[in-house]
Amino acid sequence: MFEAIAFYFFAAVLLLSALMVIGARNPVHSVLFLILAFFNAAGLFVLLGAEFLAMILVVVYVGAVAVLFLFVVMMLDVDFAELKKGALQYLPFGALIGLVLVAELVMIGGTWMLKPAAGAARAHAAPAGLSNTQALGHILYTDYVYYFQIAGLGLLVAMIGAIVLTLRARPGVRRQNIAAQNARTAAMAVDMLDIKPGEGA
Amino acid sequence: MALIHFFQYWLPSVLGRVFNTGWTAMPYGWAWFLSYAVFILIICLVLMLGVAVVILADRKIWAAVQMRRGPNVVGPFGLLQTIADALKFLFKEVIIPAGANKVIFFLAPIVSVMTAFIAWAVIPFNNGWVIADINVGILYLFAVSSLGVYGTVMAGWASNSKYPFLSALRAAAQMVSYEVSIGFVIITVLLFAGTLNVSQIVRAQETSGVLALLHWNWFSLLFPMLVIFFVSSLAETQRPPFDLLEAESELVAGFFVEYSSGPFLLFFLAEYMNVIMLCGMMSILFLGGWLSPINIWPLNIPWLGFIWFLLKIAFFFFLMAMVKAMVPRYRYDQLMRLGWKIFLPTSLIWVVLTAAYVTFLRPVIHLPGWL
Repeated sequence: MFEAIAFYFFAAVLLLSALMVIGARNPVHSVLFLILAFFNAAGLFVLLGAEFLAMILVVVYVGAVAVLFLFVVMMLDVDFAELKKGALQYLPFGALIGLVLVAELVMIGGTWMLKPAAGAARAHAAPAGLSNTQALGHILYTDYVYYFQIAGLGLLVAMIGAIVLTLRARPGVRRQNIAAQNARTAAMAVDMLDIKPGEGA
Repeated sequence: MALIHFFQYWLPSVLGRVFNTGWTAMPYGWAWFLSYAVFILIICLVLMLGVAVVILADRKIWAAVQMRRGPNVVGPFGLLQTIADALKFLFKEVIIPAGANKVIFFLAPIVSVMTAFIAWAVIPFNNGWVIADINVGILYLFAVSSLGVYGTVMAGWASNSKYPFLSALRAAAQMVSYEVSIGFVIITVLLFAGTLNVSQIVRAQETSGVLALLHWNWFSLLFPMLVIFFVSSLAETQRPPFDLLEAESELVAGFFVEYSSGPFLLFFLAEYMNVIMLCGMMSILFLGGWLSPINIWPLNIPWLGFIWFLLKIAFFFFLMAMVKAMVPRYRYDQLMRLGWKIFLPTSLIWVVLTAAYVTFLRPVIHLPGWL
């Protein structure tokens, strides 16, 4: 009974906060609702017995990605009410696209059939005798290690691409050279001069 | 073991029996729930008292370094100073800035305190003295400690004022930067222990030898990681020399400029709670948690583990207080340089080194018996 209550609670809050992400007037509120949605998704993962995924969801999405979202959104000086004013005139076109997507989803959903055995397979997040973390580790690092490495390389290329696109080599930028600063001694920095009276500039 | 046993079995059964004979029947499940609530409440109270002591210790150590006396008026040796301060704050007026976003303004301190408290759910105070002994405990700790930034960012944004906003921006960048190296340090310890369960990480450092402290993680390949974790946790909790969020000379008081009374108190509580939590994490990851440093009879009585754990937390807190008293504040670009250009590559290399050691070298090395 407790699990059912928890499930409906998490699911309801998840859907509501996901709605509020696109519905909130203030972009910062949107991001905060997004974080709430992530949390409830993590709660659903815990209920499924996928505790590793739940924690990783919180660490990666809430702890890092959403912080950067918030960072950017907080600094934006955009009047979203102004932006949304003209949104209504695009409504027919948007509704048409939405309708096409819904029709496609219905067509896909209508033709798929689950095997009777699939229900039993889904009920267990991890094979018997293994913890969730170990099971995932086996799949990622033992069974499909090369695919995993290729995915990692893809991300590396994306990261290098982002850096190359945004890096500007500007002339005349002063950089701090810590090693050079640390290597300086008093003898290199200070000159002791004996100035005679009346000779100083 | 005895304490958790009391809350898991004895109290529920007594509660169930008492309420069964009275006007209402209390099923065992609810009695269990109630007794756990009592257990959690007791831990929270103890933690809050601990924070009061720790704040006093912080001020006393700071004073001693500067050859002052520190707080010494309220109570014997100033012991009640923190409680007096807390009462003073509670009786002040709560001021809300006119331009503030009220909901988020009050949500921010609550989020701060909540994330600081829930982390303690997986910390084992002694062998088995833990509220939730979950399989992914260390990940949970890492996740929760990365949430602390939201209280700061929300406070800075909701105050609708320049200094708090600058502080919030700094907070977001600083916490994200240092979390990366903390994550890698945790990975090296996980490789050593081979488990994500916090209690199991401590048990992996256990030994039957006499000089048990040489079997803990600090006396191994992981010692540089302890240093990195210590410095990163200073940055993560905004302690000096990385207290750029509340740099008095630049930002007045940073993200809590606009806060007064109770909400301010909550931020203060959360800050020190996080500091003790990270000290506890260091004790668990590197100093063997509740384990006695020397395996000789009166020292290794099981229930003394609680005292050892507290002593280790106190040790790390002493180091943190000394750093606060002695090291000048970092500049912002120096902070970023340290996090991204020094700690990140070092911890990354150490993950590879540790993995290689655990896989290839450790199976063939045999330590002497006294270790």
